[in-house]
Amino acid sequence: MYNSLSNRRSFIKRMAKLSAVTAAAAMFPGIIFADEQEAAIPNGANINWKKGPCRFCGVGCGILVGVENGKAVAVKGDPNSSVNKGLLCVKGYHQTMCIQSKDRLTHALVKKNGKYVQTSLNEALDIVANKMKETIALHGKDSVAMYTSGQSTIPEGYVASKLMKGAIGTNNLDCNARLCMASAVAGFLTTFGADEPMGCYEDIEYADYFITWGNNMAEMHPVLFSRMLEQKSKRGAKIIDFATRTSRSSTASDKSILFEPQTDLAVANAICYEVIKNGWVNNSFVEKHCNFSKGLINMGYGIEDKYKFKDKPEKINFEAYKEFLKDYSPEKVSKYSKVSVKDIKYLASIYGDPNKKVVSYWCMGMNQHTRGTWMNNLVYNIHLLTGKISQPGNGPFSLTGQPSACGTAREVGTFTHKLPKGVVMNEKHRRLAAKIWKVPYERIPAKPTYHATEMFRAVDRGDIKFIWTQVTNPLVSLPKTSRYRPGMKKDSCFVVVSDVFPTPTSDVADVILPASWHIEKSGLYGNSERRTQHWNKMVEGPGETTPDAWMTIEVAKRMGFSDLFPYSKENHVEEIYEEYTQFHEGAKHGMAPLEVLKRESGVIWPYVDGKSTQWRFNAKYDPACSNGESFHFYGKPDGKAVIWQRPYEPAAESPDKEYPFWLNTGRVIEHWHTGSMTRRIPVLHKAMPNAYVEFHPEDAKSLGIRNGENIKISSRRGACVLPASINERGLPTKGQVFVPFFDENMLINDVTLDAFCPISKEPDYKKCAVKVEKV
Amino acid sequence: MPIKSYLAHAHGGQKEKLINALSELHDCEVTPSENQDILVLVTDTPDDISDDILKKKIEDIDSLKILTLVSGFNNPSN
Ligand code: SF4
Repeated sequence: MYNSLSNRRSFIKRMAKLSAVTAAAAMFPGIIFADEQEAAIPNGANINWKKGPCRFCGVGCGILVGVENGKAVAVKGDPNSSVNKGLLCVKGYHQTMCIQSKDRLTHALVKKNGKYVQTSLNEALDIVANKMKETIALHGKDSVAMYTSGQSTIPEGYVASKLMKGAIGTNNLDCNARLCMASAVAGFLTTFGADEPMGCYEDIEYADYFITWGNNMAEMHPVLFSRMLEQKSKRGAKIIDFATRTSRSSTASDKSILFEPQTDLAVANAICYEVIKNGWVNNSFVEKHCNFSKGLINMGYGIEDKYKFKDKPEKINFEAYKEFLKDYSPEKVSKYSKVSVKDIKYLASIYGDPNKKVVSYWCMGMNQHTRGTWMNNLVYNIHLLTGKISQPGNGPFSLTGQPSACGTAREVGTFTHKLPKGVVMNEKHRRLAAKIWKVPYERIPAKPTYHATEMFRAVDRGDIKFIWTQVTNPLVSLPKTSRYRPGMKKDSCFVVVSDVFPTPTSDVADVILPASWHIEKSGLYGNSERRTQHWNKMVEGPGETTPDAWMTIEVAKRMGFSDLFPYSKENHVEEIYEEYTQFHEGAKHGMAPLEVLKRESGVIWPYVDGKSTQWRFNAKYDPACSNGESFHFYGKPDGKAVIWQRPYEPAAESPDKEYPFWLNTGRVIEHWHTGSMTRRIPVLHKAMPNAYVEFHPEDAKSLGIRNGENIKISSRRGACVLPASINERGLPTKGQVFVPFFDENMLINDVTLDAFCPISKEPDYKKCAVKVEKV
Repeated sequence: MPIKSYLAHAHGGQKEKLINALSELHDCEVTPSENQDILVLVTDTPDDISDDILKKKIEDIDSLKILTLVSGFNNPSN
């Protein structure tokens, strides 16, 4: 990447500097080096800066990519993006360095007699289309599946949905956002009837308190965290970290409160108990804008194949809810949550103070939870009881992990039950999709089929006989890969993998399709704050690399669906977006037109009369409010949000005599998810070359474990050997170990459990029981 | 020909002073953090003796609180 810029010596200097920047990012939460990339560019360089979103997380920072002689030579923060105002984190700065990795997938590879043979893309796409047709003819529509991503662009997700649901007529489409965002979606839908946060990042400028629920923002959402730290030093805003592990975020916060895994459910209820007991309820808000409901309990954990669950909501009144909360006094909850009574009361007093503005942030800690939907409901309860919602600086805010978990997975709807507008179960929604797609309405099945975990179980069982994965690496990211890897290897399923680099998933493919990377194609993403971001292709990709959307279209055409996919190769992104936005017309979800998206560094929807709606459901800001009141939760037929009665229930698997430790898994600042890209960025790889297992120092001492010693972590599913880490990056609570999942050489997901939230079907990667042994 | 990178922590509120002091030294390249009292410092000296001398000069700067070495490369002069 830097060959055109300088000689070997300045290259070494640059590497030295990047190492230090990366080290600083790991050591100092929220640290930003704004001028770092630009400083590397020699005077006189003829650089053309092109705007787009960052590839590496749901914050959705705006980037400017410096292109010289057709090559990406630098990245800097886009000063026009209100998300990051010119700032970037360490992953953002280094992102384009991966594209020239030597092992880039540049041509299609087809497995012939057990060996991969380079094949023309045309021939490979013929093979994929023929295989898909043949499988459908032999075994029916529901024997083929697609598994896509929250990193797919909006057009990529849209054509995948149109191919599977509109053209073929199967709901066998799900995506990796099921593994990270499904509980957030189910939480929004059950409480508000409308997905995605009501507020926006500008809340940071107004909030007095940020309460982070199981969310290590310093490492996972670094630019937002740096914006919070700025408000902390400028205005004295306070950050309270509520978590099961002391992380970089905890140390930079004003207060860190630790809880026993799974008991966040009880603590959230205890906060509501205190809010009510102390008279901090915003009565007029609750009377006008809220209903109370309860659902089924003891739902199970989905550990068995073909598990089914359907909640049965039942209306209750405020009195019944108060009665229910009697089990959640701070005194009672303190006993099993290990949060002191004082700290529970402290949290409640922050939410309860009418003069303080509070934003709650969360991401995987609450979503990857066997009661993830409940947990989302419970934090909404706190904001609804106190009326602290949909106002600048006041609101619950569910953050996304992936750059287009919102834009693609949730808005386009690449889940089995979803359509670009609404759900397959709803006849009106199916009719709208059929009309826009120009297909017979009867073709779209009314029943969802497989969510992510069940999809890979179906592959293992032999029910799915063809699967195509795009922009995702499930054999590193799924829970319990110890089952799903051998499942994918079985001859009963033909596996197609589209990717940029080889991964453990492409290792089991029958056909590997060479995908264009982010800046080698045009596209659109949608970030956590409902911001749609467009970019134009910036550089040519190598070999026969091709955008995933175009490969899907080519396969659709080969299967005989040319009339449904009339897009042109040059302009398919724009043509698809124009078609897609018809689904969202109106004040509740109107999307900005392309010409605006091309001009701006992202635009928040609903976009109404040339203006973004920053705070939904608040009549002052949201033109879709029509009930004549200050607030209108129009996602629900009666315009009211729901306060849910949801109890504490234990985790699917808890430590016992044989497996005495909790295992918690997660990420590190240097790496993006399964590491397939960031481990090919030398400076990031060097800074964090392998995974590790974190211990509490007292546990390490009692087991006689020293830093760096190899430790075998095993569960009832599988085992993984990793070096011990004591008092380094993070500090788990006693009785818990933490392992990051980015390292394909140390597959911790062989150990995790595929239990999931029965409502959202999102797996819990944060809690299972393991034993540890020195090896 | 040693090339080294460091994280330099300034005393509270003395980041600008530290930037100026380091910028005056030959063979030093400074990249300050936008939002914290931390600088990235890259030194590029002709030999080990000059590297030692430079390091001593850096450590003598009043506004410097801590200097942490991150990486060291020795690039042969050919
Ligand atoms: S915070 Fe996220 S979006 Fe922003 S630069 Fe870092 S990885 Fe990219």
